[in-house]
Amino acid sequence: MMRYIAGRVFWFVPTILLLIGLTFTILKLTPGTGVVPAGAQVVTQDQIESLKRNYGLDKPLYQQFGIYVWNAVRGDFGDSFQLRGQSVNSIISRTFPISLRLGAYATLFAVVVGLTLGVMAAVNQNGMLDYLSVTFAILFYSLPNFVMGFLLILLFAVWLPKQGVDLGFNIGGAQRWQDWILPTIALGAAPLATIARYTRSSVIEAIRSDYVRTARAKGLSERGVVTKHVLKNALIPVVTLIGPIFAAVGTGSFFVEEVFNIPGMGPFFVESITAKDQPMVLAVVLIYGVFLAVMNLLVDIVYGFIDPRIRY
Amino acid sequence: MSRPGHRWVTPSEDRFDGFSKAGVSMVQSRSSDTALGGADARPRTNPEAAAGSMPRPEAMPAELGARALSASERRQRSLWGDAWRRLLKNKLAVIGLVIVTTFVILAAFAPWIAPYTQSEVVDPRLTRQAPSWTWPAGLDQNGRDIFSRLLYGARVSLVVGVLAQALVFAIGVPIGAAAGYYGGKVDNTLMRLVDVVYAVPQLLLVMIFLNLFGPGLTNIFIAIGLVGWVTLARLVRGQFLSLREQEYVNAARVTGSTGYQIMFKHLLPNSWTPIIVALTFGIPTAIFTEAALSFVGVGIMPPQASWGQMVGQASQSGYVQSDPHMLLFPVIAIGLTMLGFTFLGDGLRDALDVKGME
Repeated sequence: MMRYIAGRVFWFVPTILLLIGLTFTILKLTPGTGVVPAGAQVVTQDQIESLKRNYGLDKPLYQQFGIYVWNAVRGDFGDSFQLRGQSVNSIISRTFPISLRLGAYATLFAVVVGLTLGVMAAVNQNGMLDYLSVTFAILFYSLPNFVMGFLLILLFAVWLPKQGVDLGFNIGGAQRWQDWILPTIALGAAPLATIARYTRSSVIEAIRSDYVRTARAKGLSERGVVTKHVLKNALIPVVTLIGPIFAAVGTGSFFVEEVFNIPGMGPFFVESITAKDQPMVLAVVLIYGVFLAVMNLLVDIVYGFIDPRIRY
Repeated sequence: MSRPGHRWVTPSEDRFDGFSKAGVSMVQSRSSDTALGGADARPRTNPEAAAGSMPRPEAMPAELGARALSASERRQRSLWGDAWRRLLKNKLAVIGLVIVTTFVILAAFAPWIAPYTQSEVVDPRLTRQAPSWTWPAGLDQNGRDIFSRLLYGARVSLVVGVLAQALVFAIGVPIGAAAGYYGGKVDNTLMRLVDVVYAVPQLLLVMIFLNLFGPGLTNIFIAIGLVGWVTLARLVRGQFLSLREQEYVNAARVTGSTGYQIMFKHLLPNSWTPIIVALTFGIPTAIFTEAALSFVGVGIMPPQASWGQMVGQASQSGYVQSDPHMLLFPVIAIGLTMLGFTFLGDGLRDALDVKGME
């Protein structure tokens, strides 16, 4: 186990370094430097050169890369090119918590509702509830989150109020607590469906197993069988889904934030990409890479603890 | 094999004798049609004889019964014919097939079906006109016909979806094949690369690539393909790893086949079904990616129409409340296409009996 964790952590560093290297290379190959902010007055060549010197862009590429990595290790991601006078750190620390909050809500929603739907479907296999939850799952699963987001907006914030049913949903902003409900559903729908489908098949498999037959045979109540024997075993494989779900929620949040005008990292990232704001782009890629890698590692370790059959 | 009187011997022995084994493993391959055709003489007598020799065939264990049945069907039906029949029995898959076919036809014949071209302004005074009999989906903020633009947008989606997957295939299969077949250092190096691409949400990388190439249809599918191959490469690698130790591969090796021959004549044909399913799921992913990129304004540039871009423009500056039709139709178009491809992909996965793919 320790060996396995050590191995994973060991590979973690080169993977992230390669990732930064790849992003760095692509960004440097992209024409234009992005040092001139959008909407700036006509700038002379001299001013551009001095800006470049200012950001250290006159040095050879390998030096720039080395300096970047060294600073990043110490937690300094440089200054944004576009938002003059703001460090990347300050922008990230302002926007990341908002994205994280949305992501946490969506994950929580997906896990709670997805598990419930999946278990209900499985214990009523081929019944009405099963049919309904499978139908919902496949709809949620197929619709991209920004389509989902706009459908929710059109339904709850446009159509229903016109029919006289105002549930207090706005088109966007993240001001009041109600404003978080629709984005949470939009972002959580697809992972919810994945969890529900996976839980359903896992629970159905467990229901058919010998130990459940034994539990029934010795006279346990149906409730006892489901909670103590079926769920305990059936939910273990579902834990592996948490990694991919974080990835899905992470990517999705870009578009859901854009749809609902939530001032998280998403809109910033899109802006900084088109503006060739290299430090911002690198920082966002780095944050995602590290965040996802750590999450996946944690899931694997937790998995090893809750399922004693796993040996790494 | 089917000696009368031996009730249980027939199917179970049949299952484990050398011939059937070869037959079963070959069923997965495309070449099974001809291979089985040539060696057909024996199983042809099997089902009738087996059924006749058994007093109560329905009392057989279900699995053995199914096996005897499939042996009889194998005579007349190919793997693909079987899969097609199974697909048509699946209601959702048929719905998906209908949606996808409609989408492809509309996209292919867009210039002939659409009443206007994609950038043609119907009437500059009638901006944001609500749907009517004349303009079934209404007009947009520039007074262009939304229905016509949706048809042209379907073309963009179709081209991006198919060409991106073609590129994914062209990159992913050789890399996955090399990693799975050669193993060792080659595998380690290539899979390290795959890990890097997996380390961040793929859309981020697509955006970064796209920014390097610049916007436009060609660049979008190239960027999607350059990032999207990793999933397929992993899949092909896994297939090759598990197939590489099969007896027929050893047989091919012993008879002097080269690595290329083994990879492309033996391993690849036996990996077709999961690859096909993966590509079917890849098309909607690529379509969605294009829509998402165009939605945030880095994909298809106006005046060329794209569903994502129409969504992006319709969601701006208060249009949502006053003119929801501008948003509704492109959103439904994307949603329906996604549903269609997912239903079809799910159906294909079940019909081709591909395991372990979600």
